[in-house]
Amino acid sequence: MIAASFRAHVRLVPLLLSVLFLAGCIPDGISFLTPAGPVADAQKEHLISITVISLIVVLPVLIGTPLIILRYRRKGGARYRPDWAYSGPLEALMWGVPVLIVGVLGWQLAKATYELDPTAVIAGDPPLEVQVVGLNWKWLFIYPEQGVAALNAMPMPEGRPVSLHLTSDTVMQSFMIGALGSQIYTMPGMETQLNLRADQVGQYRGVNTQFSGAGFDQQSFVAQVMTPEDFDDWVAAARSSGTALDAAAYTQLGQSSTPAEAAAMFAGTGAPAGSVWFSEVETGLFGSIIGKYMSAEGVADSDQTGSPSYQPVQSEGDVE
Amino acid sequence: MSAMTHTAEDRALYGFWVFMMSDLILFGLMFATYGTMLTTWGFASGPEPSELFSMGPVAIETAILLVSSLTFGLATLALKHGQGRGVIALWLVITLALGLGFLAMELRDFAEMAAEGAVPQRSGWLSAFFGLVSLHGLHVAAGCVWIMVMLAQLAVFGPTLDVASRLSRLGLFWHFLDVIWIGIFSVVYLGALA
Amino acid sequence: MNLLGRMGWGDVVFEPALANPDSSDLIAAGAGGVVVLGAIVALYCLFHYRLWGVFWRGWLTSLDHKRIGIMYIAFAMIMLVRGVLEGVVMRAQQADGLDGGFLTSHHYGELFSTHGTIMIFFMAMPFLTGLINIIVPLQVGARDVSFPLLNALSLAFTAAGGALIMVSLVVGEFSTGGWTGYPPFTGVAFQPGVGPDYWIWSVALAGIGTTLSGINFVTTILKERAPGMTFARLPLFTWTAFTTSVLMVFALPPLTVATSLLALDRMAGFHFFTNDLGGNMMNFANLFWLFGHPEVYILILPAFGVFSEVFATFSGKKLYGYTSLVIATVVIAVLSFTVWVHHFFTMGQSANLNAIFGIATMTIGVPTGVKIYDWMATMYRGRVRMSVPMIYSVGFIMLFVIGGLTGIILANPTVDYQVHNTLFLVAHFHNMLIPGLLFGMLAGYTFWFPKVFGFQLDAFWGRIAAWGWIVGYSLTFFPLYAVGLMGMTRRTASYTIEAFQPWMLVSGLGALVVLGALVALGLQLWVSIRYRKALTVEGGDPWDGRTLEWSLPAPVPEWNFAHIPMVTARDDFWEKKRTATVDATPATYTDIALPRNSMLGPLFAVAATALGFGLIWYIWWMAALAAAVMPLAIIVRSFRTDIHRVIPADEVAAYDLAFRETRAALVPVGRDGEETVANRGRANREAFE
Repeated sequence: MIAASFRAHVRLVPLLLSVLFLAGCIPDGISFLTPAGPVADAQKEHLISITVISLIVVLPVLIGTPLIILRYRRKGGARYRPDWAYSGPLEALMWGVPVLIVGVLGWQLAKATYELDPTAVIAGDPPLEVQVVGLNWKWLFIYPEQGVAALNAMPMPEGRPVSLHLTSDTVMQSFMIGALGSQIYTMPGMETQLNLRADQVGQYRGVNTQFSGAGFDQQSFVAQVMTPEDFDDWVAAARSSGTALDAAAYTQLGQSSTPAEAAAMFAGTGAPAGSVWFSEVETGLFGSIIGKYMSAEGVADSDQTGSPSYQPVQSEGDVE
Repeated sequence: MSAMTHTAEDRALYGFWVFMMSDLILFGLMFATYGTMLTTWGFASGPEPSELFSMGPVAIETAILLVSSLTFGLATLALKHGQGRGVIALWLVITLALGLGFLAMELRDFAEMAAEGAVPQRSGWLSAFFGLVSLHGLHVAAGCVWIMVMLAQLAVFGPTLDVASRLSRLGLFWHFLDVIWIGIFSVVYLGALA
Repeated sequence: MNLLGRMGWGDVVFEPALANPDSSDLIAAGAGGVVVLGAIVALYCLFHYRLWGVFWRGWLTSLDHKRIGIMYIAFAMIMLVRGVLEGVVMRAQQADGLDGGFLTSHHYGELFSTHGTIMIFFMAMPFLTGLINIIVPLQVGARDVSFPLLNALSLAFTAAGGALIMVSLVVGEFSTGGWTGYPPFTGVAFQPGVGPDYWIWSVALAGIGTTLSGINFVTTILKERAPGMTFARLPLFTWTAFTTSVLMVFALPPLTVATSLLALDRMAGFHFFTNDLGGNMMNFANLFWLFGHPEVYILILPAFGVFSEVFATFSGKKLYGYTSLVIATVVIAVLSFTVWVHHFFTMGQSANLNAIFGIATMTIGVPTGVKIYDWMATMYRGRVRMSVPMIYSVGFIMLFVIGGLTGIILANPTVDYQVHNTLFLVAHFHNMLIPGLLFGMLAGYTFWFPKVFGFQLDAFWGRIAAWGWIVGYSLTFFPLYAVGLMGMTRRTASYTIEAFQPWMLVSGLGALVVLGALVALGLQLWVSIRYRKALTVEGGDPWDGRTLEWSLPAPVPEWNFAHIPMVTARDDFWEKKRTATVDATPATYTDIALPRNSMLGPLFAVAATALGFGLIWYIWWMAALAAAVMPLAIIVRSFRTDIHRVIPADEVAAYDLAFRETRAALVPVGRDGEETVANRGRANREAFE
């Protein structure tokens, strides 16, 4: 297989890339070039391999063009054949090589697309279920099995697959933790899926990549990968020191705010700056967030979280 | 100097064909949008096709439009056989009347639907329905205006080469709208029965 | 009823700048001020120098395809200036954007939205439409396009869209939804103001103009070719113009549908793309990219056409692989309709669908690669001269293949899952559109300028501009690849990761070089106009050209061809120069009928602008009036019979014979003197000796 013969060359490329990016200039935890999980790792490998294979058709142009111009410059004295306009073998090469390369790349593409399908659950322990809600301009993570939730931080255990179910309760957003794996859109009234696994304890940056208004550039969060024991400790801590995520609290989250502004509304939950821990979650919250867009009455602008017209109805149980 | 040569007529007809292909894409996309909205999600717990459509008026509308194509064809034949502007105009007036009748019936259908609460603001499917059907209706209205203009031109110029060329394009347009309506009739109305 | 709809004094951009301004407000007010000032200066000049009559009779109401083309390109150049300035401001913001910067996120959102909308719809599209307008009839041996009045209306719609986007700088605000305008963010629930409406109507009007242009060009190329100009002899630029026009006819309707339905959602409470009641924003993504991807090839193919002409001409050689190039062009056009899903691999559809569209996307790389190799082979065994159009073309090849490489990378859903919506993507499409489209347009501008105006552009400033674009582009956009791979999201005004900043600073520096290149283009034009006498090329053939247009006088008379040529070969003019039959004088001349001027063009421009403005601000009387005026004007016009005027054969003969005499008297110049004042537009026969 042609692809296999490139494996050897592929080994050289990290060197090339690290030169290109002045090795070490990439801070840990922000990019798939410094992967911390199997998905991001495979994506990096795939990037390198297709880059190298594509260079077969690209390098001849980059090298050949200056050489031709030099050799056939006007005063160069090379043979001039103004009527030469066709060569069978050359045509075959021009069409044939790209077709072959695209064949190889296409095969690789399909293989990788199936293997890294974000909806496919990653092998290993039974996955941790997390429900993700995109809001203006923050992320809410609900852990249905544990009954806790977190705003703008996603604690997760090392080595255990995580199965994310995502939706949005505002405009379309796009969820990505670069160092761990794929990004996926979140859309109101719809649910998308993403499967990840982190193999190294650490802090990984997660973002919304789809512009969503004034606070968009502050909509990042931290995926906190910890040992399974620490994760259990975190669940216990959230249960004890967090605040309840009930309808009133969710109404507050629905207002457009930056992570810092939102966290200020729920101080003292023991979460790091810009985040909030929730001790309990109203049952069926995630389903009701999706379900409200299917109601026969529609969603009035004053009920639309994230809309500038959003005017949440004052509820009895005020969180203050 | 304005009398069209055959080449100019040919080129105008050709350009008009290209325009209609572009227009066809417009309708195709509205059909596709309609198709994607024909789901539980698209109905949004509102009225559904099977509850709303009554086939009687729709069948009459279809018949009217088909007959109008026939009468337009008779106008074209009259032009071809040099039957004088009176005969041509007569057939055009009949076509116009049928076109206006079709529009009146369609508006009546819309009003009935609205009375049942089936307005385009009710659901995605109804938005797509009104979008598609009124796009066709707007085309028919434009065709009616065009017929009126051609009646005036016939009165002013008589059946000159220029006028004949324009009538041939109008004919193309009118028959095209018929074809689109057959599509709407099959996909939207017959589809609701299935 | 409020006569001004929902408009109030607070919507005028100067108001917030006077009240309690921050740096964003001041920049917005400054930009609005420039628009107002520019309009005042333009009007003052028109009246003060009594140019109004010339402008009206010679330009605004003219149906001459060359003049309409020039107006398209002038319009594109003005919009290019605005687009580049916006780009520079955005680069400056990101260079300064670590933990802050001087622009608000909202203002930054308006900037990237107008920048993208302008560059695609009001710079790139008018530029290539203008070039096609001017060149295609000359290349196929026609007197005009098939429908000269329709041509003026196309320009009117495009100009109206552009006018709206300029007005948005002064009154109201623009959408922050990007050039793609995805709902629900552009829906009324999230942006209740006029911003998205400005986007919708400016784009929709421009789209109508483009559709009409497409219909016109398709008919022109199929029906107006001179005898002997078979499809196998069409110059490559005309071939690409043809495929682009076909794409315009078929790919613009999805845009019309997407924008109209979004407008219905916003204005009439429909539910095509809303969050609730059955709306589905995924339909918008599909509709938009069903237009948007073919649009990419609408933009790039004419540039490919220009490169084909330039490589052949400045290598003094036949175009290598004509048949391959034509096949590749057509294959690209067909495939362009099969790849739109790659713009949203991350929307959650199945791996099957992503794999199919990913492979289809990579397949486009094959014909595109073949084109690149064909151009290399065209230079091979030629005599390559690095004139200004050639610098752009070689710069294109070298940079474009890098963009092709990153395109292949992005075609992989697996990798796209990482770099989608990052600056990697921004770097990629700028890599395709600046070296691909813009270099092609600038090469075409330099190449054909002498044909249209009768004097060549100054080569010194041309070289500085070309190198400025190449260096400036590279400095600006290659860093974006790096930060994109590092996960820097596009459309962020500010960021918190320090590692991004060095790259942003380099990119900002690059933007300044691009600005310099733009200034150089301006200086080139100014210097050339100033020394136009010395730079005259009245012989009409400054580059030792190959195709029909170079046989004509420069500037080309309004009737183009005194005598419709009989085409006998692919590079017809080149072959005739070889056999010296170029100097044969036609035996007879005939009367030529040309379309009379029509005021419908300017009328439509005003009416369409008023229509858009009325719909944006809910000024219903204005919208209704404007909507009624346009069809009425067409109907009234259809009763006019004196739409042609005749140029007598004597006049044509006198002009043509004088030109032939002048040309014969010119000293033939060799290719060494090509960019000097010695070049008067008659080439010597060195290529044949």
